[in-house]
Amino acid sequence: MSAGIDLENVCCDFGTFRAVDDANVSIRPGEFFSFLGPSGCGKTTILRMISGFIEPTAGVIRIGGQDVRGKRPNQRPTALIFQNLALFPLMPIWENISFGLEVRGVDKATRRRKAEDLLRLVDLPDAADKMVSQLSGGQKQRVAIARALAVEPSVMLLDEPLSALDLKLRQHMRAELRAIQKRTGVTFVYITHDQGEALAMSDRVGVMSQGRIQQIADPREIYNTPVNGFVASFVGENNIFEGRAGAAAGGMAAFDTEEGRFRARLAPEAEGKPVKLYVRPEHTVLTAAPGTENSVPVTVAEVSFEGPFIAVLARTAKGRAIVSEIRNDGQATVPQMGAAMHASFAAERAALLPDASVRG
Amino acid sequence: MQDMIRRYGPGLTLIICLLVAFWLVMLVIVPNITLLEQSFRPYLPVAEIGGPRDTYSLGNYMKVLDGTVEKSLLGISFTIPVHVYTFFLTIFYSILVTFICFLLAYPLAYYLAKIVSPKSLPTLLLMLFIPLWVSEVLRAFAWWIILAFKGPLNAMLLGIGLIDAPIRWTNMGYTGVVVGLIYTYVLFMLFPLYNAVQSLDTNQIEAAEDLGAPWWKIHWKIVLPHSKPGIASGSVMVFMLSAGSLLVPSILGSTTSQWFTQTIDQWFKDALDWNTASAYAFLLLILCTLFVTVALKLFRVRLSDIAK
Amino acid sequence: MHKFRLGLSHLYMGLFLLYLLLPLVVMSGAAFNDSKLPSIVPWKGWTTMWFSEMIADQRMMVAFRNTLLVAVAVAVLAIVVGTAAAILVNSISGRLRTALYGMMISTILIPGVVIGISTMIMWTKLGNAIGTDFILFKPGLHLSVLGQVSYIAAMVMLLVLARLQSFDAGLEEAALDLGASHAQVMRRILLPHLYPAIGAGAAVAFFQSIENFNVTQFTRGGADTLTVYVFSKVRSGITPTINALAFLLICITLVLAAVYEVNRRRRARAEAARLAQARRAEAEEGIGAA
Repeated sequence: MSAGIDLENVCCDFGTFRAVDDANVSIRPGEFFSFLGPSGCGKTTILRMISGFIEPTAGVIRIGGQDVRGKRPNQRPTALIFQNLALFPLMPIWENISFGLEVRGVDKATRRRKAEDLLRLVDLPDAADKMVSQLSGGQKQRVAIARALAVEPSVMLLDEPLSALDLKLRQHMRAELRAIQKRTGVTFVYITHDQGEALAMSDRVGVMSQGRIQQIADPREIYNTPVNGFVASFVGENNIFEGRAGAAAGGMAAFDTEEGRFRARLAPEAEGKPVKLYVRPEHTVLTAAPGTENSVPVTVAEVSFEGPFIAVLARTAKGRAIVSEIRNDGQATVPQMGAAMHASFAAERAALLPDASVRG
Repeated sequence: MQDMIRRYGPGLTLIICLLVAFWLVMLVIVPNITLLEQSFRPYLPVAEIGGPRDTYSLGNYMKVLDGTVEKSLLGISFTIPVHVYTFFLTIFYSILVTFICFLLAYPLAYYLAKIVSPKSLPTLLLMLFIPLWVSEVLRAFAWWIILAFKGPLNAMLLGIGLIDAPIRWTNMGYTGVVVGLIYTYVLFMLFPLYNAVQSLDTNQIEAAEDLGAPWWKIHWKIVLPHSKPGIASGSVMVFMLSAGSLLVPSILGSTTSQWFTQTIDQWFKDALDWNTASAYAFLLLILCTLFVTVALKLFRVRLSDIAK
Repeated sequence: MHKFRLGLSHLYMGLFLLYLLLPLVVMSGAAFNDSKLPSIVPWKGWTTMWFSEMIADQRMMVAFRNTLLVAVAVAVLAIVVGTAAAILVNSISGRLRTALYGMMISTILIPGVVIGISTMIMWTKLGNAIGTDFILFKPGLHLSVLGQVSYIAAMVMLLVLARLQSFDAGLEEAALDLGASHAQVMRRILLPHLYPAIGAGAAVAFFQSIENFNVTQFTRGGADTLTVYVFSKVRSGITPTINALAFLLICITLVLAAVYEVNRRRRARAEAARLAQARRAEAEEGIGAA
């Protein structure tokens, strides 16, 4: 009972503003797929186009292989979970959940039974006759999920549903959402600006910026081999160097900066474009002696203890900040403030990336 | 409109638009246009309607200038058409009523919004609402009883020795009318004022007190300016209701206190001259609209703020 | 605030309430005075005969029935039109909205005399133009209804619009997404949210209609409503039957007010209880998730 979704060359304009630009993505049946990006990047527009509240200006959207252009939201096999949940405040919980069945003319006894089944599924067995205002944030969340599941959709669309919860509960609900998705096998399309949420829950992630899909890949690939500077920056921290790249050989290239010459990975498609060097703080090491490659002398300027790791901010002679994260294994030595050290990183862990892809 | 069709579907949207169109076109626009058209036609016997004498003219409006009376104001005597005189007195006393209503209602609005304990507020508001639910004609009637020549007010004043002989209150020019209008419409001033004062952040008042401002300065510089929209909407309501009232002047007035609406009523009901009545009604509408527009401009408030 | 000024303000409030309520008490009191004139002085002894005379007054009973019929008709029409207008105003924007909204609220300010005369003239002229004797185009209480609706609808519109502004349009989308038709969304989601405002609007419309004089006076033809009848009684020979009527109306008002207040308190308590429960669940959840 799950369907795939295909977006082919989908564009969406609001007046002269292009909210979504040439989106192509193929979401597999039963997949947990997230659109990740900052607010205003077009991810919500994509979701609303799939659910049918907005028609694309150009392009085709297929759900389960069927072209859904011109179909209204109530004619599509999708169920949307709204950011604010949009539970009906004047109906008891069980009527909320069975509303989709009610409008399809299902009789009351069947609806009630179905609502109780779904409440068990979302672990709220005693809530049927309560009102929405009696529930906590997390409980409302579950009711919203049950309500969407009641119409047996092939695709569930979730618009940042966890954003209203506090941190602890959010982490708890992540696991729960993932479990419900696995149990029901329904395709989940999830919208979020929280990279941790997207990486932790999804089978695959589509990172978006300024209306464009920048990269579609599984979470590991997104984090480890981002295709451009935007993706690298949005899904994690980086030390960034500006400079000029030399010719690539075997996927590696030299990169000349104010701090000297580095070597790093250079994707073939980035050759010839202006690039910057990106390296993650946890891949940057600080040592007393110079490293074997990509080494630059620095002075330790700031040390902050974060618990699981220690973040050390050091500065090069030119004043550029370089952050290094040391895993706190219980015996790690913390560098002294003002100590003269060397920062270095392995060439395979550093990437030369172009800026985000934008239209034009 | 696109948004509306998306939200409610074409069928419901059509029904909604038709209902609103019925209201605004059939109940508001066309009647007023008919009124205007009719006001330019002469009053003719049925047989002559549509005949050669049935032409547009300003004749009905000119009747305002018929029949002058001699009046004196501040020692200067002048003659003035009687209907124009009535009209100006109506406007003048309506303004007076509005002003007194404001004086009465402002302290109370402030009391309700900022002083009274929140627990007793709903009960107080409910008690204030009770007279509003009692119909206007009965409220005027109540004052008719009180102001009667042999009524309780005279009895009381005689009893405590303030006067030696009973007073004919309703024969003292516009006294009865003004007293009645104030009682009838003061609440229309109170509630907008209360809403306006209530929306003022109490911290502002406390900050001003803390900085040493005297109480009158706090009201003059902080509460009153903040309440401007409420003052404007309350004033417009009270003024329009007073100027347009027919009941209160008819019950509490006398021959010495003609109200402009009574003149219209006489043209319509006694003279059966609907056309002249239309012309007079239209004059009332135009001049009151003008007055309200000027008042709103002076207060720098928009019509849409009034509705709050 | 100084003690003295605080005391003064309480005193003022008390005096104002006295000012508002005393005339009503005087009027009610006169209903029990055994005097041919409606007054409380001189007091000539208790009587309830004005009440029995009131019930025997056929014209008053007819006027009473007419008033109720007109008020119900006005309430129904004003609710339908006013709610539609509120929904329309709420879902459009820009200049059209400003123009429509301005026109709607300006109807509240049009003097009743003008509404009465213009309604009367238009419908009779329309009747003459079509050349029909159909009842709709003759003076009568149905024209009073139409005239009253023309401004009372605006009051309903304002009440419903205020309520609409607290409505989350996302609920409509959620219902559509779950497969509801537009009519179902209206019936199950939007209208239930508006019911409190529509109820208040109905009450306001009903009371406004009952107390309307100006519009009715010019459109009624020969028919009486209570207001018109009371007015004619006050102008001509008054007997204290009017006071008896006033006393009864005030009592009804007081009972309604009391019912409303009790109801309001009960609902506030229920809502508070629900929110407390949500807070408890929230607290438990915090422990459970940790």
